[in-house]
Amino acid sequence: MAITREAVRHIALLARLPLSAEEEVAFTEQLDHILAHFQRLDNLDTSAVEPTAHIAPMATPFRDDVVVNQPDPDAWLANSPARDGRFFKVPKIIE
Amino acid sequence: MSELTDLTIAEAQRRLRARELTSLELTRAVLARLEATDAALHAFITRTPERALEQAQAADARLAAGDAPALCGIPLAIKDIILTKGVRTTAGSNILANFIAPYDATVTRKLRDAGAVFVGKANCDEFAMGSSNENSAYGPARNPWQRDRVPGGSSGGSAVAVAARQALGALGTDTGGSIRQPASLTGIVGLKPTYGRVSRYGVIAYASSLDQVGPMARTVEDCALLLEAIAGHDPLDSTSVPRPVPAYAAQLGAGIKGLRIGLPKEYFVEGMAADVVNGVRDAVRQLEALGAVVEDVSLPHTEYAIAAYYLIATAEASSNLARYDGTRYGLRADRNHGLLDMYQQTRSQGFGPEVKRRIMLGTYALSAGYYDAFYLKAQQVRTLIRRDFEQVFARCQAIVTPTTPTTAFRIGEKVTDPLEMYLSDIFTISVNLAGLPGLALPCGFDRGGLPIGLQIIGRPFDELTVLQTGYAYEQATPWHDRQPPE
Amino acid sequence: MNDYEAVIGLEVHAEMLTQSKIFCGCSAKFGAPPNEHTCPLCLGLPGVLPVLNRRVVEFAIKAGLATECAIAPVSRWARKNYFYPDLPKGYQISQYELPICVGGRIDIEVDGEAKVIRLTRIHMEEDTGKNIHDQHGDASLVDYNRSGVPLLEIVSEPDLRSPAEAGAYLRKLRTILQYLEVCDGNMEEGSFRCDANVSMRLRGAATLGTKAEVKNMNSFRSVERALEYEISRQTDLIRNGERVSQETRLWDADREMTRSMRSKESAHDYRYFPEPDLLPLAVPEAWIAEIRATLPELPDARRERFMREYGLPPYDAEVLTARKDVADYFEAAVRAHPNAKAISNWVMGDVLRVIRERKLDEALVIREWPVPPAHLAGFGRLIDDATISGKMAKSVFEQMLATGAAPQQIVADQGLSQVTDSGAIEDAITAVLAANGAKVAEYRAGKDKLFGFFVGQVMKATQGKANPQKVNDLLKQRLAS
Repeated sequence: MAITREAVRHIALLARLPLSAEEEVAFTEQLDHILAHFQRLDNLDTSAVEPTAHIAPMATPFRDDVVVNQPDPDAWLANSPARDGRFFKVPKIIE
Repeated sequence: MSELTDLTIAEAQRRLRARELTSLELTRAVLARLEATDAALHAFITRTPERALEQAQAADARLAAGDAPALCGIPLAIKDIILTKGVRTTAGSNILANFIAPYDATVTRKLRDAGAVFVGKANCDEFAMGSSNENSAYGPARNPWQRDRVPGGSSGGSAVAVAARQALGALGTDTGGSIRQPASLTGIVGLKPTYGRVSRYGVIAYASSLDQVGPMARTVEDCALLLEAIAGHDPLDSTSVPRPVPAYAAQLGAGIKGLRIGLPKEYFVEGMAADVVNGVRDAVRQLEALGAVVEDVSLPHTEYAIAAYYLIATAEASSNLARYDGTRYGLRADRNHGLLDMYQQTRSQGFGPEVKRRIMLGTYALSAGYYDAFYLKAQQVRTLIRRDFEQVFARCQAIVTPTTPTTAFRIGEKVTDPLEMYLSDIFTISVNLAGLPGLALPCGFDRGGLPIGLQIIGRPFDELTVLQTGYAYEQATPWHDRQPPE
Repeated sequence: MNDYEAVIGLEVHAEMLTQSKIFCGCSAKFGAPPNEHTCPLCLGLPGVLPVLNRRVVEFAIKAGLATECAIAPVSRWARKNYFYPDLPKGYQISQYELPICVGGRIDIEVDGEAKVIRLTRIHMEEDTGKNIHDQHGDASLVDYNRSGVPLLEIVSEPDLRSPAEAGAYLRKLRTILQYLEVCDGNMEEGSFRCDANVSMRLRGAATLGTKAEVKNMNSFRSVERALEYEISRQTDLIRNGERVSQETRLWDADREMTRSMRSKESAHDYRYFPEPDLLPLAVPEAWIAEIRATLPELPDARRERFMREYGLPPYDAEVLTARKDVADYFEAAVRAHPNAKAISNWVMGDVLRVIRERKLDEALVIREWPVPPAHLAGFGRLIDDATISGKMAKSVFEQMLATGAAPQQIVADQGLSQVTDSGAIEDAITAVLAANGAKVAEYRAGKDKLFGFFVGQVMKATQGKANPQKVNDLLKQRLAS
């Protein structure tokens, strides 16, 4: 088994994706099948190989420390599912 | 069929400049065709006829004043994963069904500033995840060659819009083949530029180290014109490369005498349709007839590309899609059971099964205890794949391959086995891992009348050679003149 | 308590004083109306991409150099993934492997004992937004003004052994960052935040005990109190044969205790991976050298020099160098009038008092002084050359504060110069003695106490301007004869 139902449940929680019992079973089967294919990577000896960090080789791009953005809260709040004046509103966060 | 909708971008440009044609006339023709055909083809998620007509009028004013950039007045479709200010942008997902983009992507802005006309937002697989456009929350787009077949994905809608003459050109995005594969399944031309050639700012991210925006059109020249308009460094995208943009279109006709082309043996495998193999081999002979020198080469790590890709892409995607949580925009599940419930219900309702599958794969690949074995390993294999190409490109200037193992399959045929769908990306996917430019263009039809596509891969930032090769082939063959049935 | 020792490590998050945020061009200024300083980027809208603010890196290098860290020639950005409403992208861009600064130290002194606290690392990351509870209590309101403000995270090795050491460490670190003008160090406003890791072990043991993480301490005092509580709590547990849980605890300032955080989910799996939207950060040697050249003299070095160069006692040197602007002010005044001790007294006394009263010390750098250094110098000179008496000095100082005029001007305008001319004083003495014949006789007969009376009379006769020393000397002479 490349992945167990237990593991699927755990990552579903990490990813905030609740699964029904049927979905859990289906996903476990599919992910297992897919991950089994991925296991072929183990055939390769990559101990001396650098992981690809970035494709484009170039100097680090920077911006200057200048305020360029004008306040426009209503534009950015326009798509908000729930707001309270200029605040975004969400269900209460319990510490 | 109105002949106006048959115009290529290059031809339309000429006529617009000669004042033989107005953008308004052209846009009206295109919109009428869209209206008449899209109920059946479903290439668009959102159509924007009023805005298009306004843009057309403004374009005509500029054309009349004689101060019009190359794409001024040209009607285009924009894949719905690219933000267009003031217009709904859904990424093919339910979770953004009501999202009105508050800003333009850089590529959108460039085209808008150039006076282009946007007829609508093209259908696509949800969050660009898919190879058939069947993962769209808005229903599949249909291949105009045979409507019970897929157009490919994820830029399926863009491909259909171009192939069915609902726009003169389109923008798509390509992460594992999502421009090239649908281009090949619908008989049009599509280019994935070198990673970093075109800005990703305002493009809804799927896999950050693989995504690129690219042109889709009926001819190589049209793709070159579109590429010139969207390519270039963007200070808003730290991965975009500050290299000047060549005048691609003006240099297409250089010919390919003496061009050294590699034909990788790993790209002719079991399970390919015979017609596809023959079509590509015929194309290779044609390239030789045009003066190219074709040699057999090897890209030995090809068989590991799918695994590497689907680990890296899903890992990045799992992180990129975390922001869709109902807090600031998009869908929010309408219940009152607290914060965790809001997150979970929103994402459960908002994402389709393929997106969920990839998020989970990616989360797993990054999770404690598995990072080294999966994500890190995949990035190391990626380096090996890049080296394969570097070695071949030390001798060859281009690589030619098929684009897909088969022609367009039937809608519903592959949905039951996700892995099977992933494996069909085998010819396009390495190109994204290596960040190289790749062009797909038609090279024939199978016995059922479905288009076959050829892929030309180039060195980093050498879109010019790729386009020149494609152009030479295209001009020597009749494929680009064929149209889907009405 | 003595058989166990506390092992404490501190993690400080310091907001950097850049104009704009770390990855976008929004203002990083504190205190704006909700969501005024936001844009698609710091709100995590679809399609946005980060672009790095160069000054953030400059500040991080400054902080690293000032604490003797090694600056990494190449460092990396990473994504830290978790879900929370104040984290718009669902991940925080931070540094994980390969931070920009490694190693380093902060020197502290507690009860006269000097100690070196080693630093593990310093790295850059973005701050999150802020949640507040709404009035009805069933929702939370989120303000993203703070989202994307650049942070320095400074992690110490677990070298601290007491709440007092922790307090000293925090104060020293804050002063250094203030000197560098990298952070204003305001714990109450949240620009300087501290989390602690605390464990107990038998004194002399080599291994570490189970640690608890303590959060929500909003002042230096809170940190010290929370650590005292935690040390006590853990020690009690261990003595009772119970185990200390590895957990996160919040400091409750009202009830003066730490409480375990009840978290609905299991331990965070942040799934760190290299940020694909940002290139590795290359820091060339030339840039580091450029920044090194702009470093101010640091607090410890300055304190030492004040003692050495100006002969000031440790207490004075400490007070004067607690703020760079005060140290600069002091030195400007002393350059103009080289009586360091006198200037020091005036600065530590009246100048700082007024500064506190007028809340001028709330600014990171005081730009407008109630008494400019040149005036303080002039004032000092007038006292030292006896132009004005000690008594006059107070009044002149008050007037400098009130009018902003130079002391020489005030003295001249009001004719406050001390009378030192013997002649004038002699005349005054003559008049006083003549008017108080009986008392003169009593004094000469032995009533010494009357001397003060005569001094007072002479001072009165000279409108208080006579130099007291001279009056004393001359009176003595005259009364003796």
